Amino acid sequence: MDFDFDVLVIGAGAVGCAAARELTRWKLRVAVAEKNNDLFGGTSARNSAVLHAGFNNKPGTLMAKLCVEGNRGFDELARELDVPYKRTGKLIVGFDEDDRRRLEALLEQGRANGVPGLSMIGKDEIRRLAPNVMGEFAMLSESTAILDPFRYVLALAENALKNGARFLFSHEVTGIERLNGGWEVSFGEKRLTCRWIVNSAGLYADKISDMLGKKGYVIYPCRGEYFILDKRVGELLPMPAYPVPNIRTGGLGIHLTPTMDGNVLIGPSTEYIGERDDYSATAPTMDMLIRDGSRIFPHIRREHYIRNFSGIRPKLAGPDKGGYNDFVIERLDGAVNLVGIESPGLTASMPIAKLVVEMIGEVEDLEKNESFDPVSRRAPVFRELSREEQAKLAEKDPDYGEIICRCENVTRAEILAAIRSPLGARTVTGVKYRCRSTMGRCQGGYCQTRIAEMLMEELSLTPEEVLYSQEGSNMFTGRAIR
Amino acid sequence: MRTVDKKIVVIGAGPAGLAAAIALHERGERDILLLEREKKPGGILRQCIHDGFGLTRFGESLSGPEYAARFIARAKELGIEIVTGATVVGLDADKTVTAVAADGMTAYRAQAVVLAMGCRERTRGALAIPGRRPAGVYTAGVAQAYINLKNIMVGREAVILGSGDIGMIMARRLTLEGAHVKGVYEIQPYPSGLPRNVEQCLNDYGIPLHLSRTVTEIHGRDRLEAVTVSRVDERMKPIPGSEERIECDTLILSVGLITENELTRMAGAQIDPRTSGAVIDEHFQTEVKGIFAAGNVLHVHDLVDFVSLEAEQLAASVTEYLHGGLDECGVEVSGEGVIQLIPQRVSAKRDVTFALRPAKPGRNAKLRVEQDGTVLAEKRIPRALPAEMAQITVKAEKFLSDSPVKVVLSFD
Repeated sequence: MDFDFDVLVIGAGAVGCAAARELTRWKLRVAVAEKNNDLFGGTSARNSAVLHAGFNNKPGTLMAKLCVEGNRGFDELARELDVPYKRTGKLIVGFDEDDRRRLEALLEQGRANGVPGLSMIGKDEIRRLAPNVMGEFAMLSESTAILDPFRYVLALAENALKNGARFLFSHEVTGIERLNGGWEVSFGEKRLTCRWIVNSAGLYADKISDMLGKKGYVIYPCRGEYFILDKRVGELLPMPAYPVPNIRTGGLGIHLTPTMDGNVLIGPSTEYIGERDDYSATAPTMDMLIRDGSRIFPHIRREHYIRNFSGIRPKLAGPDKGGYNDFVIERLDGAVNLVGIESPGLTASMPIAKLVVEMIGEVEDLEKNESFDPVSRRAPVFRELSREEQAKLAEKDPDYGEIICRCENVTRAEILAAIRSPLGARTVTGVKYRCRSTMGRCQGGYCQTRIAEMLMEELSLTPEEVLYSQEGSNMFTGRAIR
Repeated sequence: MRTVDKKIVVIGAGPAGLAAAIALHERGERDILLLEREKKPGGILRQCIHDGFGLTRFGESLSGPEYAARFIARAKELGIEIVTGATVVGLDADKTVTAVAADGMTAYRAQAVVLAMGCRERTRGALAIPGRRPAGVYTAGVAQAYINLKNIMVGREAVILGSGDIGMIMARRLTLEGAHVKGVYEIQPYPSGLPRNVEQCLNDYGIPLHLSRTVTEIHGRDRLEAVTVSRVDERMKPIPGSEERIECDTLILSVGLITENELTRMAGAQIDPRTSGAVIDEHFQTEVKGIFAAGNVLHVHDLVDFVSLEAEQLAASVTEYLHGGLDECGVEVSGEGVIQLIPQRVSAKRDVTFALRPAKPGRNAKLRVEQDGTVLAEKRIPRALPAEMAQITVKAEKFLSDSPVKVVLSFD
């Protein structure tokens, strides 16, 4: 039988894209099916953007092992894929004796997991490292880093694409049938065949697992809301600051995290919800975030609010139990099943991808793809360059001399690159995730009209066809005057 | 990178920048450069196609583009250099202005810099309105740009949050373009825009204005489907149980303007948290010598006519600064019952005009300037509105000392 693909990866989050990229190291025809119309539709684009060290998870768990591995291997990966990240370190601050006991246990757990660079520090040392962070004492984790999660996912996807993987957007799996030696996967009317399936469907992994014949998993969507604060606050926070986690809640507590671009995130809350795509922000949680966040970082002002967002954890531990269940990473007949990939899934995504390849390699001999190129590069990013470099770029290319997003200094050249690249942006948020336009303090007040116009020009869209993000998010009803 | 010496660099060719450059020229300055990031000068006036501009200044009612055209024509007639498509990315305390444009980057070394960057709109995120994040939520100015500059219609069934002037003007504009505006909702117990806009934009079109209400939830996964509106108490907190769901595909936000002071901060000038603009003296000079500010970058104005006027006053000071210097302004100014008060420091040696807004609305307000417990100037405002700016002038000879000055608005 002739199959369309050797491996079909379901879900284009960090794990799915990493798996696709690692699979293209071998002579395999790889496709990634994604129900959304672009990358960035789920949990991988909605989180704290922290590269965890690996002390939060129980020794012996896959979570602990793969998180530590993911952290250790990230320097090389980030070099290959041109992913901005920074080893800021992280503080988990405590206030009382109860906190101290739990922090000491956390430190022991971290050491058992093989996490380097953990130590207990006093108030003076907190003041020295992060003068605006409250706390009587803290655990310092030197290997914790912050990263740009959007670039990370995009780089994995672009690199997979470069090495031969295909991306099928707006492909929601509606059925899976076992064939002799493979699978037939339905996307509504459309059907594809493949020999292997990798289930990296995140919030929907239980449903895909059911279709693969492995029944019984239940994903409990657990929402975490965030505030994004202005860059003016970012100057006050050199590294993430966390409270001592209450393991029962299934989250890491309301923490403050600087982003690669200099903003500050407050969050996330922990709330089990009914729907898997309800990315709402809610009034009581917003109040709670500010209240709890201010305990650790008393510099939060209303004038610094930029935006709210939420992410949804695909948890296997339900609301009755709380806490964490370990990642499920298992080989089925003709499939690799990845279920419950919640935090620290972003950090662990590359080790998970390597495990996926290993599991397939246990069943069949894989032949090396000699032309595999691990490297992926961004177009020059104007805001990251020195004045002199910016000047040179603008002299060479007039599109680098035209600032479209004035808050983040994103040029016309970068937006054109985002639209014209092989996995190009098709929507306003697609452009946003690729080059940061509309993410600044004016939230698109200056650039949104320009970006919508550029999308129309580049993609020959009518106003009615311009999307804000997903299908159905049409921005306009037509021409004002025909 | 090129380096160019310029006597005066004006940042922003909107109403403030244009008026400043023209007035500087008319005072004899010749080495003036006007930098504008848009492709054409005119600033926000370009999208304000409604009338009502120029009543004070020209004694006739002009549209925004017409008002701007008069200044642009005058600037051209005088031969003032305007570079468009140039975004200023750097401003140093030594008055080096770095701008990037399609032909590369230029560092302009100026002797005086005029900040005329205007303001931007407050967003949904700044208000932290709960709910989902669908398409169809626009600030009023963005919706106005789509309709008036890009000929693109943003929606059919609209709710407007905030009774700012642009919000009310957009209520009328959307109605004229065939949309149904279901209502304007204002969190305060009084309209935040001008009375004339309540009349001409809402009442004339039968658009209801609901006071003491705000949007407390946004519904719709992909495109906006509805908003929840709640009544608020006197502390402007939503009252539980007062929620009302209003189906709509468009939410227009007209919830305030924020001065655009990124460059001001970059230069190291101090910002007054009360105006959110630069701290200035009576010469419109910031804390950085030789850097001046006027217009909406300094404090948000009610009428463009006053922006032009302010920029012309600034021009007089800039000229004086370049030819001999300005008086030191060591006398601190504070306010009571007023907001948006400028200047923050005066010399107490010259006539000075304070501009401000009443903190709350009321009849028969008394506005006065005090020093050492003595009233230096006083005037009545029959109908005080936060939407309307007020001014009061103190004559040089009235100042008593170098003690702090207080501007007070009270009701009898």
